[in-house]
Amino acid sequence: MAQTEQEILEGLANIVNEETGVDVADVQLDKSFTDDLDIDSLSMMTIVVNAEEAFGVRIPDDEVKNLSTVGDAVTFIKNAQG
Amino acid sequence: MLLEGKTLLITGVLMDSSIAFHVAKLAQEQGAKVVLTSFGRTMKITQTIAKRLPETPPVIELDVSNQEHLDSLAQRLGEHTDRLDGVVHSIGFAPQGAFNFLEGTWEDVATALQISAYSLKSLGVACLPLMTGGGSIVGLTFDAKFAWPVYDWMGVAKAAFESTNRYLARDLGPKGIRCNLVAAGPIRTTAAKSIPGFERFEQIWDERAPLGWNVNDPVPAAQACAALLSDWFPATTGEIIHVDGGVHAMGQ
Ligand SMILES: NC(=O)c1ccc[n+]([C@@H]2O[C@H](COP(=O)([O-])OP(=O)(O)OC[C@H]3O[C@@H](n4cnc5c(N)ncnc54)[C@H](O)[C@@H]3O)[C@@H](O)[C@H]2O)c1
Repeated sequence: MAQTEQEILEGLANIVNEETGVDVADVQLDKSFTDDLDIDSLSMMTIVVNAEEAFGVRIPDDEVKNLSTVGDAVTFIKNAQG
Repeated sequence: MLLEGKTLLITGVLMDSSIAFHVAKLAQEQGAKVVLTSFGRTMKITQTIAKRLPETPPVIELDVSNQEHLDSLAQRLGEHTDRLDGVVHSIGFAPQGAFNFLEGTWEDVATALQISAYSLKSLGVACLPLMTGGGSIVGLTFDAKFAWPVYDWMGVAKAAFESTNRYLARDLGPKGIRCNLVAAGPIRTTAAKSIPGFERFEQIWDERAPLGWNVNDPVPAAQACAALLSDWFPATTGEIIHVDGGVHAMGQ
């Protein structure tokens, strides 16, 4: 069930909003999770496990540190969905 | 099945890498009914991860440093079960400052001791009202006989934890409750990765374990927990079982 980049972005924005209260419209591809959206490591873990459920993918712990922007996460999820 | 008909309280499931996750999975596969605990902001993570178990267990809140949580635990558990046959303590925490032996402050060390050692007693006592038919309490340690690289005050806390287990065994033995620990080798979990320099343990195990050791495999430690929770160690208490590929028995 591969999704488009836009669908993944929307889904991810909802997950980020639910965890942190950040406005869905602010979750854009070029935004950094830590610097722009002010997301700490515990919130990031919550977002990652919820994204795994929502998108049917696995995001290994070692991969999470490479996902610095929303775009990195969207690309990773898209590739993982194949 | 090894744990047929048993009801277990399992603390410490954070991610699916958590040792406790694998204990819960094995326990369900072996016929047990499981209740999990989590706390604070990690509740949501545990609730999501719990869905990856064969059956989604209830998750109740327990911060072992919160006396109100401890005092109300038995009553809150009462909504899910009228008795417990086993309890798994899979909780460890030390502030970053505690991983520097000569610089660590008492405040950091006190936190490490409270969350990682004293909590075994707190948890055991909090569960007593539901363990009227006896049972088994199992905890996870990292061999505290030695001074390790980087482990520092967490190593001291584990020594206190191991001693706490022996005293708990003394005081709960007459109630038919066995208290034992599994001393696991290094496993790549969230807690482990928060230890600065954890790779040094991986190196030690690579060099010294006669059976070899896989830092990505929490199952052997979980199997030992399941065995200790079962009826197959009826006369064992105050014990520590090493699940470390044999490292504890080797000289340099
Ligand atoms: N990973 C290893 O290399 C290793 C080796 C030997 C022993 N252990 C022990 O295994 C146990 C489980 O750790 P893990 O490696 O599975 O890591 P983990 O990070 O998956 O689990 C640690 C757990 O402790 C819980 N916790 C922390 N503070 C708490 C508090 N105040 N109240 C309630 N719960 C709290 C966390 O929520 C988490 O679920 C710990 O006691 C650890 O010391 C781990």
